Amino acid sequence: MRAATAFPAGLSLTAHKREALLRPLASAPPPARAVLAMDQGNRRSALPTAAPGQRVRIGTPIAIDPQTRYGVIHAPVAGTVCAIEVRPDATETGSGLCIVIENDGSDAYDPSLTPVADAEHAAPGALIERIAESGIVGLGGAAFPTSVKLATARAKGATHLVLNGAECEPWICCDDALMRARADRVVQGARLLLRATQAGRCTIAVEDDKPEAIAALTAALTACADERITLLAIPSVYPAGAERQLLATVTGVEVPSGSLPSDVGLLCHNVGTAAAVAEFAATGIPCLRRVVTITGSGIAQPGNLDASIGTCIVDLVAHCGGYVGAPERLIAGGTLTGRALATDEIGLTKAMNCLVAATSADLAPRAAEMPCIRCGDCASACPAGLLPQQIHRWLASDDPEPRLRFGLGDCIECGCCDYVCPSRIPLTPRFHAAKALWRLRADDAQRADAARRRFERHEQRRLAAVEAERRAFEEARRRARRLDDGRS
Amino acid sequence: MMLHTMLALATLAGLAAAVGALLGRVSDRMAPDAPSIAERIDALLPQTQCGRCTYAGCRPYAEAIAAGEADINRCPPGGDTTLRALATLLGREPRPLDPQVGPAQPRQVAWIDETRCIGCARCLAPCPVDAIVGARNLAHTVIADHCTGCELCLPPCPVDCIELHPVGVAPGDARLHRAA
Repeated sequence: MRAATAFPAGLSLTAHKREALLRPLASAPPPARAVLAMDQGNRRSALPTAAPGQRVRIGTPIAIDPQTRYGVIHAPVAGTVCAIEVRPDATETGSGLCIVIENDGSDAYDPSLTPVADAEHAAPGALIERIAESGIVGLGGAAFPTSVKLATARAKGATHLVLNGAECEPWICCDDALMRARADRVVQGARLLLRATQAGRCTIAVEDDKPEAIAALTAALTACADERITLLAIPSVYPAGAERQLLATVTGVEVPSGSLPSDVGLLCHNVGTAAAVAEFAATGIPCLRRVVTITGSGIAQPGNLDASIGTCIVDLVAHCGGYVGAPERLIAGGTLTGRALATDEIGLTKAMNCLVAATSADLAPRAAEMPCIRCGDCASACPAGLLPQQIHRWLASDDPEPRLRFGLGDCIECGCCDYVCPSRIPLTPRFHAAKALWRLRADDAQRADAARRRFERHEQRRLAAVEAERRAFEEARRRARRLDDGRS
Repeated sequence: MMLHTMLALATLAGLAAAVGALLGRVSDRMAPDAPSIAERIDALLPQTQCGRCTYAGCRPYAEAIAAGEADINRCPPGGDTTLRALATLLGREPRPLDPQVGPAQPRQVAWIDETRCIGCARCLAPCPVDAIVGARNLAHTVIADHCTGCELCLPPCPVDCIELHPVGVAPGDARLHRAA
């Protein structure tokens, strides 16, 4: 274990993790009714394969990824699919397709679930394929499919795996709770991820404000005596847990703009993801549960729950003693990068690492936006090394020249610039909206290209048909003429 | 002396011819395939292929603009965005859409009511992007991902079982902004 220097920016924020860590990691009961959003928080909407009325058991695949065709969402309870409908969810649009399963209380597991036999010596390709079936995604909050990340890293020959236990957001502590309670699972997961990618070494990076987690991991590492895996305490600075910032802190290598970490031989996974992989390999049960922090001044007994995906937030809150005071806002994810929810009738998703019920005491009063005074505080805070004031000026211009982007694509939307802005300009939401608009435009361009190709083929076929008809007509005329000549 | 001059001239002429031929060959082989102006206009059009501009598709309209035969304000599916992009490309003043071609048309997708479809197959050929699947006496359906919403399938349908539905989030939609 050694200390490392952080990237030169970011914020030191007051942590609010103690409240939720007072109680040990608890297990939430299986829900009476599970609501599974088809978009689990990664903008890859799954395709339902279950039909209303179908009986499912725990672990039965109920939705597939339209691209890979793997079952990516599994029934977390045994029972009957009672609805496939549009409901409020935790996505940007506020609603989406969900599968609702009524729990029959039998707790029967799907008979097809099998553990990964001899996972530590399994062939990497086969191991990645098994992980793809398990529906495991990045549990740090981005919910990117783990198997896709592993396959890319293996193909590009990543050599260094970094497990992200930094957890820099001020309220989130689900990874901390997990590392304290299941350090052995995290280490076992690290070994399996090393096996799957054939990387040579692994660093588990934890912020130095989590001494209990560090102690638990140290004990687990001593017990397993695998010298490929090391533990590294890093300074607690927000956003030390952002992928690129963490890799820079741990390895000193900056991932170039427009590249993936695997392009420079690196790979980053959340500690929760590693634990989920170990859990799956040992039991064969796919990704059905995650640890979630239920916290904020509006919660009676804040804590960390190991809960089934699809459990409604209102049930999770009830398990933590219910609401107290007058919660003003329900935030999924952290207070800096999270998203406000319209209702608590939303099922827990794989991406949801934290739920903050914020009262007026937690929320800063929203001051009126003032003009930018070009102080440059945002530039000194930006952990991605961008110039937020310049991007803002460019976006505010009448017709932003698309070639100049001032690196907006590299913005990680951490919210540091918003936080320090003396003019209270909501910079991050604007950058977020601009990026969403780009994505829409890129989609449109792609669609137009496809339509152009299809139209060209259609025209070719039409012209060929016209030409063939003309030839047939002329041929018939010639034949008729010949007949006439013969007769006369 | 005369011989020397002749020899020098012949050498130079030969050299010039050889180099000329070589350069000609190289320039033919490595001709920069810069997109023509019609191609660049075509790239900005929405590729709906609806023909509302009175041309047979986006490419013919692009060629007409490039030839100076058509104005740039005749594309309802492209709306204001396309109009401004074309104005920027061609260095012209943006003008409102030509009222002759109708108002701007946001993206839409055709949908066939399969309970009413009689399987006449008359809508298959008019679809410019082959987005309708079907055969005689079998219900047809629209591949929503490929449909451009051009409405060309509407007139041939004898039972009016095709409807057009708006899709997706429009740019600038308030829902794109994060509420937190």
